[in-house]
Amino acid sequence: MNIIVCIKQVPDTTTKVRVGKDGKHIDPGGVKFIVNTYDDFAVEEAIRLKERFGGEVTVISMGPERVKEALRMCLAMGADKAIQLWDPAFEDSDPYTTALILSKAIQQLPYDIIFCGKQAIDRDTMSVPVYLAELLGLPQATLVVKLEVDPNARKFIAYRDIEGAKEVIEGLLPAVISTQWKLNEPRYPTLPNIMKAKKKELKELNAAALGLDSAQVGEKGSRVKVLSMELPPPRSKGKILKGDPREVCRELVRLLREEAKVI
Amino acid sequence: MDFLIPEDLKDLKNMVRTFVRKELMPLEEEVERSGKIPEEALQKMRELGFFGLTIPTEYGGSGIGTFGYCLAAEELGWAHSAFKTICGVNNGIGSKPIVLDGTEEQKRKYLPKIASGEYITAFALSEPGAGSDAANISTQAVRKGDRYIINGRKHFITNGPLADLVTVLAVTDKEKRAHGGITAFLVEKGTPGFSVGQIHKTMGSRGVYHSELIFDNCEVPAENVIGKEGMGFITAMKTLDDGRLTLAASCVGTAERLLEMSTEYAKRRVTFGKPIAERQAIQWMLADSATEIYAAKMMVYATAIRYDKGERIPAEVAMTKLYATEMVNRVADRAVQIHGGMGWIQELPVERIYRDVRVTRLYEGTSEIQRIIIARNILGYKGGLEG
Ligand SMILES: Cc1cc2nc3c(=O)[nH]c(=O)nc-3n(C[C@H](O)[C@H](O)[C@H](O)COP(=O)(O)OP(=O)(O)OC[C@H]3O[C@@H](n4cnc5c(N)ncnc54)[C@H](O)[C@@H]3O)c2cc1C
Repeated sequence: MNIIVCIKQVPDTTTKVRVGKDGKHIDPGGVKFIVNTYDDFAVEEAIRLKERFGGEVTVISMGPERVKEALRMCLAMGADKAIQLWDPAFEDSDPYTTALILSKAIQQLPYDIIFCGKQAIDRDTMSVPVYLAELLGLPQATLVVKLEVDPNARKFIAYRDIEGAKEVIEGLLPAVISTQWKLNEPRYPTLPNIMKAKKKELKELNAAALGLDSAQVGEKGSRVKVLSMELPPPRSKGKILKGDPREVCRELVRLLREEAKVI
Repeated sequence: MDFLIPEDLKDLKNMVRTFVRKELMPLEEEVERSGKIPEEALQKMRELGFFGLTIPTEYGGSGIGTFGYCLAAEELGWAHSAFKTICGVNNGIGSKPIVLDGTEEQKRKYLPKIASGEYITAFALSEPGAGSDAANISTQAVRKGDRYIINGRKHFITNGPLADLVTVLAVTDKEKRAHGGITAFLVEKGTPGFSVGQIHKTMGSRGVYHSELIFDNCEVPAENVIGKEGMGFITAMKTLDDGRLTLAASCVGTAERLLEMSTEYAKRRVTFGKPIAERQAIQWMLADSATEIYAAKMMVYATAIRYDKGERIPAEVAMTKLYATEMVNRVADRAVQIHGGMGWIQELPVERIYRDVRVTRLYEGTSEIQRIIIARNILGYKGGLEG
């Protein structure tokens, strides 16, 4: 099977995020970057399919020089090849243009199945996998918690957790699958494999190589623009109500209704 | 400093960091309480290749150099000290004698098992009558045909009670001693005449064991000699050089964790209406710790990189070991001070780390021995440390 995984590099969950000077970006200074948490499930599922049915796993990421580090981690986990998509023109791409860029790279490759994490933990838009499937004209299953693949029948069965129930869908391959956290337990790359990852193929493709011109991508091609970014207001101090329990309850309900406006 | 680290080692350091935080740090209370590293954690470490980082790839390891291992040790330094020790022995004193001077047969026979973690190893030099003065050992090996008979008692041996394979230093020529009269032998667990003596009770480092090892007419075949007869002391000294650097690296990691805990605590703890972090007395402690950590880290990186290039720099190695181990003790002391009573109470890890770092000034050559090495280098004195 030819398996493709799209990954994103995001700030580590423990990083204390600061807004950059322009008020539109995260300040990357001092930020530790990791492979997006949900993408780990995607990479793991891809490697498991390869281990079962044979074939090749290619990881793709759009992003600047630093995303090579994330790609190498995926190679160390067991992916075979990596492709970095970058061009200064890609800066400030929204989910749609990101999916467009990914789709152009994928169209140059043989593929039977494409994995994405269900969302990136930085922007949380949950839209790249959906756009990607549309742009490639493929069936899709989102938020998948269990997956069965039959490469001979070219079919998949995906299990999804939906509000109060489980949904099971069947579809044809190739397809785009977006992965939810219950799907598997991602492996750590072994230390010897980390040292070997550098020897695996890591290709770079720019806008020209993907047949894209700069008006289609980056901020120009985007349908969504970030106008401003700010940190949530610091949490105000908690209130402690004292006195007769009846009084306190009455006061609590009043505050929840009038101040917090939650009931 | 990242500019000093090649890409693959950066990835390795990142992975160890993630593993330490997700898998090892949550276990520290359990290790401290039970006095044992959970088998499950050991198994994960084996599968991920933690035990064979420095062992050449042709014998099943990752083949990284001393600098690479220093980076891993720095991250392991954040976890309970038992982890860096168990891992450090197989990557260091437990395998180095074979890697450096072993025969091809010994390498093939033992290194893959050490790299996979199937074998726990130990290195037995110290004796009741020979610590700093290591050449003064009295354990003896006498040749009888194609075998040697070993007699003597070692003590303080890390992993002693558990080790499947021990490198034992013994005197084969009383006249020559350090100058061709000490030989290194490989002794496997279960060899007749080899037994574990008393297990030492210690101030800290729970989860690893140190013990006496007793050799009572213990017979080993001549093919268990590492290198050649009489080369043992040189092998031992080379082995310890490398260990001093990786120990220094782990001290940097431990100190970084202490500083992080101290900083967070200082921001949270309010006295007289203000967080203590806003008091200059506390700020100066944090600043001193940060400065000393930075200095130690630079020493470790620079010295390890030079060491890997093949430079023989025992004085710089000694400086790095001396500075980093004393630094982590000062940082631990400040951490306890900043935490006030909470630094003494076993609810937070500070109390344990304070106890655990004390030993770093003793093993792999005490601080005094490091100073002697450095001073003799400045003064241009040659030869052994006696006199
Ligand atoms: C936890 C732990 C684990 C260990 N693991 C191992 C192991 O795996 N294998 C192994 O072989 N050994 C091991 N050791 C032994 C360790 O290497 C020795 O403890 C160390 O070398 C010091 O020797 P000593 O304890 O006999 O102290 P001594 O040599 O008796 O020293 C006592 C004091 O005198 C000072 N001193 C000694 N000589 C001089 C001098 N010439 N000038 C000035 N001061 C001097 C020392 O610095 C020290 O302060 C371990 C020790 C500990 C505590």
